[in-house]
Order: sequence, then structure tokens, then C-alpha cells
Amino acid sequence: MLSNNLSKVVLALVMTLFLGACATQQATTTTTTKGEDAYTGTETVKFLADGVPDRVFFSTNKSELTSAATTTLGKQATYLKANPTLNVVLEGHADERGTREYNLALGERRATAAKNYLISNGVAANRIKVISYGKEKPANPASNVLAWSQNRRTVTVKTN
Amino acid sequence: MKYKIFTILALFFILTAKSFALVSVDITRGNLDPLPTAISDFYLDSKLGDNIKKLQLESKIPELIQNNLSRSGLFFALEKKSFIQRPEPAHNKPRFEDWAFIKTQVLVTGKISLEKEGRLRVEFKLWDVVSATELSALAFYTTPDNWRRVSHMISDKIYERLTGEKGYFDSRIIFVSETGPKVDRKKRLAIMDQDGYGVKYLTLGNELVLTPRFSPASQHVTYMSYFKNLPRVYLLNIETGIQDLVGDFPGMTFAPRFSPDGKKIIMSFAQEGNSDIYTMDIKTRVVEKLTDNPSIDTSPSYSPDGSYIAFNSDRSGFQQIYTMKSDGTNVKRISFGEGLYGTPVWSPRGDLIAFTKLYRNKFYIGVMRSDGSGERLLTENYYQEAPSWAPNGRVLVFYRETPSDSSGRGGGAKLWSIDLTGYNERLIQTPTDASDPSWSGLLSGK
Repeated sequence: MLSNNLSKVVLALVMTLFLGACATQQATTTTTTKGEDAYTGTETVKFLADGVPDRVFFSTNKSELTSAATTTLGKQATYLKANPTLNVVLEGHADERGTREYNLALGERRATAAKNYLISNGVAANRIKVISYGKEKPANPASNVLAWSQNRRTVTVKTN
Repeated sequence: MKYKIFTILALFFILTAKSFALVSVDITRGNLDPLPTAISDFYLDSKLGDNIKKLQLESKIPELIQNNLSRSGLFFALEKKSFIQRPEPAHNKPRFEDWAFIKTQVLVTGKISLEKEGRLRVEFKLWDVVSATELSALAFYTTPDNWRRVSHMISDKIYERLTGEKGYFDSRIIFVSETGPKVDRKKRLAIMDQDGYGVKYLTLGNELVLTPRFSPASQHVTYMSYFKNLPRVYLLNIETGIQDLVGDFPGMTFAPRFSPDGKKIIMSFAQEGNSDIYTMDIKTRVVEKLTDNPSIDTSPSYSPDGSYIAFNSDRSGFQQIYTMKSDGTNVKRISFGEGLYGTPVWSPRGDLIAFTKLYRNKFYIGVMRSDGSGERLLTENYYQEAPSWAPNGRVLVFYRETPSDSSGRGGGAKLWSIDLTGYNERLIQTPTDASDPSWSGLLSGK
């Protein structure tokens, strides 16, 4: 009995150490990859419907969805399921601080990340198209950190 | 400055010594000591009609030659008003002491005469003033309206005779002309002579067009267009204006370039968040997939012999440059410096790869050997990318952007050229903003 309890304690300890190590690892990675700099404001955001933002934002060179992005896409999925005749195109964009061709690919990857989230939340794949504009269509034409963060985005646009 | 621009001190290419002339230009060192050059007005044969005389080709042709040679940074053109000898005797038999007196080392003279059917004969001679010898002489036959081409060809002959390397003046640049505000930019394909003259627009600007590239073998251009809002690679015949979609891909194709024989187009195809590199044979339309990696693989560029491909991939987690054999095997990462690397472009000589580098929020145009060694950064700026090689592999053209202010105004894009030495950086004047330049081969062939 005792030995059993002890082993549980040991296991818990090991887990703690392991998780601790993970957290440390995570922190190091974050600092070396310039950190998360996805836009969190609402300045450029439009709405597909009441309370349904039309866009999600990304960190520099990233296409992973932030928790704010998944919240927004969750609302979009609910809205699209409630309006089953609506189709959308997801427009993927990059900021101007990267080479043109790579940014075209990055925009496609960002739009696809959003599309896959909508599909996994029950929106039919044939209702969603993606297009990448790379850095060709900035939402904010300024050349500063704020503008760049507002331009790293995927915008959901109704097509009918 | 931590990342200073390197200068070349080593000799990259051995000059081919074809004569015993004392005058020669070392083009591996930059423009520290450009060669004093006198370009005399040409003389007009007295039999030429007034319709030809009023074109003033006797001064326009030498001026264009002078402009080309000066822009190369290797020649210093002396003022015409200091010349003592008149064009006609200078062409027939220069009094070398007159030319040595104004401290020129080489002299260019010429004669324009009438041929059959209104055609012109334009003859030039290149003289070594120091050793008092004729270095070369050649005549071109052309229609009067083609005088610019002839001037470029003469410039190439002079450059070649004095440097031992092919010139690049008889060539063109295709680029994207940009107008309008940044949030609604109008982009059109445009083409011009390498000196910025004679801009012609190839598309109307109704759809976004990007990244045009010349075929090395024909009058074709490949580029990306958002025609009907479907981003795809197209093939355009610049003589007939006929354009074709390249391949039948169910998604975005982009970053096209020709194979060195002009028979294939290599490009990226993006699908489900993954971009891989494909080729399509233009005649048979057979498509081949060359990379198969969940990362972004793009910006492919063939080596001049067609046996290797350089490309851009973020498979390591960040944008870096890789090479592979043209069948897609032997993938090797070649960029290992700090920062991100993109847009590799193989030199027409085969020895170097030009690239764009992003490091600490600055953009650089640089070159490295094809195994990744010997990285040299040629120019640092706020934003610049997309180098393209002059046909002789001595000069690069690229585009540079200036930042816009907080209201989004004031930014712009222009074309620039720079020597492989890192010297002689020059703006290429264009009527509008310009980006994505691609340099053609020599129009008169190799």
C-alpha cells in the first residue's frame, strides 16, 4: 500500500519536473522565434454578422492559429452552419517584410489553416475556397509594426 | 557596422589577353579607377540625305555609347569639347598625340554612310591611345530607326574588347510597373531597354501581375497573373501578345522561371497549405513534381547547364536556400548564415547564386557560391529583393522599396542595379514605380 502511494508521489514528481522542463523549453523557443506578435486589436476588423469578426491574425512568419483566432473561427463556423447557403473565400495575406514569392505561399498556408479549422468545426469543405494575396493587398498601408501585424491575416469573405 | 559590404580583392576571372594592347579594364575590382575614354562624334558621309542628317545620329550614337560605358562604372568619358581632332580625320587616322594630350587612354570613332534601300552602314573603330594602335573595327547595317540597337551592340563590342568579357548593353529588362495607392495598387507588365529607354506596357492593369521572367531561348515571358481572380502562372509571347495558362492545376501556381533551354517552366504549386516545386514541359505539357515536403518550397532557379536547381524552403523552420539535382534528388541546404534567405538566382556563369537576405530587420542582396560558401553581401537597405543577373553575370538588377509613413503614403518601389563587386549602385529611371525586374539575354545572341 505504502509503496504504491509512494510510487504515485514519485510519478507526480516526475510529471511536475517533466512539465517544468517543457515550460522552460517552450519559453526558450518563443524568445528565439521573435515571440508571438499577432495583432489582438479590433481596428481593421469588419463583421460577417453581429458578433462574428471577419478576420484572424498571425505572428510573423507563422500560420498557426492563435487562441484568439480559433475563438473567431469558432464564431464563423457557428454562423456558417446557421446559414447553410452561404459560401466563403478565405483570403490569406502576409506583411510587406518578406520576399514576394515566399509570402504568396505563406498566405496560402494561413488561409488553409483557417479553412481546416472551419471544416473541423462542421462547415462543409465545398463551401470554402482559399486564395492567397501574399503581401499584395495590405489592410493598413503604413510601414510600421502595427500595420504589419494588421496585415498578417486571413479574411473570410462571403461569395454569395 | 557589423555587416559591412565586402569588396572583392581576389581575381575571379582571368582576362583573356587577345592582343598586346596596353589598355585593358579589370572588371573584378569595382569602379575605383575608371578608364579615361574619349568617344568622338561619328562623321556623316556627305552623300546622306537631309532626312537622315536631321536625325543627328552622328552625336546621338556616341552619346548612347558613352551613357552605356559610363553607367558600367568602368569607363570615365571625357568631355567632348576638350577634343582637338575633328571626327573624320580622327576616324581615318587619329593624331594620337592630340588624344594623349587630353589624357584619354582609349578613343572611339565612327562613320555613318548610306547603303542600298535607305539602310545605314554604321562603322566604329576602337583605338588604344597609349600604344597608338587600332584595337578593333566593325560595321553594322541597319535602318535609321534602329540606331539605338546598333549603339548598344557597339557598346558591347567595346566592353568586350577592353574587359575580355561579353557585354550586356544589347538587352532588355521586363518588370512590373506600379501605380496607385498601396491598398489598391495597379500592376502592369512592362518591358524596356536595359538603360531604361522605350518602356512598353504588355498588360492593361486590369488584373494583378507579378514576377515576369524572360525565356532564355525565345520571345516568351512567364509570369503570374490573378486573371479572373485565379492566381496562376502564364506564358506570354511578347511579339504576338498571345498568352496561355501553364498547366491545369487545381490551385495557385506561382514563382515561375524557364529552364535554360527554354523548354520547361519550373514553378511552385500551392495546395492545402503546402507549396511544392513542379516543372511543366511547354510542348508536351507533361508535369513533373520535384519536391514533396510539407514545408514551403518556392523560388526555384535552374543552374545554367540545367543540371541543378536552387530553391527556397522553410523545411528547417525558417526560409533558407537549398539546391537539388534537376530530377529532385540530392537536396542540400546551402545557406547557414544568420537571418532568413530567399529568391536564389543562379548566375549565367554558373558559379554564383544571388539571393535576398533578411537579417535584423534589414534586407540585403548578396551572392554565394553554389555550395553556399563565400557569402558576400552587396547592398543593405530597408527593403530590397528579387535580384536578376545581367547576361554576362557581372551586374545585378533588383527592386528596392522605401517605407511609407503612418498614413500609408510616401512609400515606393524602384529598380536598381549593382555590380557584382558591390560598387556602382545605380537607380534605373522608370516612368512609374517598378518592381520584379528580370534581365533578358543578349538580343543579338551569344
